[in-house]
Amino acid sequence: MSKLAEIFEKYQADIITDWIKEMSAANRRKDLMSESELKLQTNELLHAITDASKNGNSSDINAPHWAPVREMITSISSSRAKQGFTPTETASFVFSLKQPISNRIRKEFGKDPDALFEELSASNFLIDNLGLYSADAYVKTREQIIVRQQEEMLELSTPVVKLWDGILALPLIGTLDSARTQVVMESLLRTIVETNSQIAIIDITGVPTVDTKVAQHLLKTVTAARLMGAECIISGIRPQIAQTIVHLGINLTDIITKSKMSDAFALALQRTGKTVVKRMQPLIPSTNSGAVS
Amino acid sequence: MPPRTLETLTLASVSDIVIARQRARHWAIEMKFSLVEQTKIVTAASELARNTVEHGGGGTMVISTDGNRIRQALKLTFEDKGLGIADVEQAMRDGFTTSGGMGLGLGGSKRLMNQFEIDSRLGQGTRVTVTRWK
Repeated sequence: MSKLAEIFEKYQADIITDWIKEMSAANRRKDLMSESELKLQTNELLHAITDASKNGNSSDINAPHWAPVREMITSISSSRAKQGFTPTETASFVFSLKQPISNRIRKEFGKDPDALFEELSASNFLIDNLGLYSADAYVKTREQIIVRQQEEMLELSTPVVKLWDGILALPLIGTLDSARTQVVMESLLRTIVETNSQIAIIDITGVPTVDTKVAQHLLKTVTAARLMGAECIISGIRPQIAQTIVHLGINLTDIITKSKMSDAFALALQRTGKTVVKRMQPLIPSTNSGAVS
Repeated sequence: MPPRTLETLTLASVSDIVIARQRARHWAIEMKFSLVEQTKIVTAASELARNTVEHGGGGTMVISTDGNRIRQALKLTFEDKGLGIADVEQAMRDGFTTSGGMGLGLGGSKRLMNQFEIDSRLGQGTRVTVTRWK
């Protein structure tokens, strides 16, 4: 059994008390975590560290006998990342264990400088590694959160709306990178089948830049829809976008395009054999109601 | 007005292309280009940044100004240390592609901007410089 393990064993209760004190001195977030929860975590972690250092050397925390400690730090760090702790607050949970341990080592080996130095550097090395490990775990969790949010955004940003029987609209907004375009294309094609629509209006008013990549995605979507028996109209082509498309040399002549969505909708109604007529005598005076026959 | 570097961006992933577009738009607005010119500059930046990322394996985009007392210009320089282009003339031709794209990126960018220079060496990398005068 290493000397470090002996110290952990001998002064367990003292170390925990000091550790918690250390943490409240540094930056404990009372708003995010209760005292009892913190006590539970410190207790469990110190027990795990004690067990691990009893089972072998403490210079390599990636060794198999440190697995329980690593797991515990991962779960603590990731739960803190989710709760909204900062990286500093998360890492200082582990780092504030340094001082209490150093104090005990000093108490034990104060009279023997060589042993004191050796044990201090061993414990510092251990705590530093555990601290870094907790920072890594924190970042990993945050990355997972970001990936999940991106996925949620993919879903959110591609609504296919039904304008009329047989007429769908797909208002595109923002950057059309290939991941999003894939989702857009799939959801449009799926909705065409589900609603048995003949016409889909793709509106690009909210797309700031139409380059060759975006144009290619649009063309592919239009072609795929056509294979399924539906016709696409692209609307929302602003003057500057029209000029850019011409200069780029993109050929959109096979596709029906309109500058405004209302024009596209009017054309869609016409294509599906419907007309908008104004009543001679309004049902409700003062409002300008239209009807579709 | 002497040439001045405004910003240098790293192009490593697809998300950097979005940033490249945003910064190009920012400086085009700053230099008071018209809406049509802004859109042309941003679109060219998007095409060339994508080439740098997808074919050059990543690189940099430098936004700078150029010009004289009377006229000003916005200059974009894309540089990568990739494989280089074997046949530049062929790469410039509309419809030529090695990636399944439309093959209009280089030619299109040339038409969108006023000046277009390309310098590519096999095994060393590619540098494309485009300039738009006000």
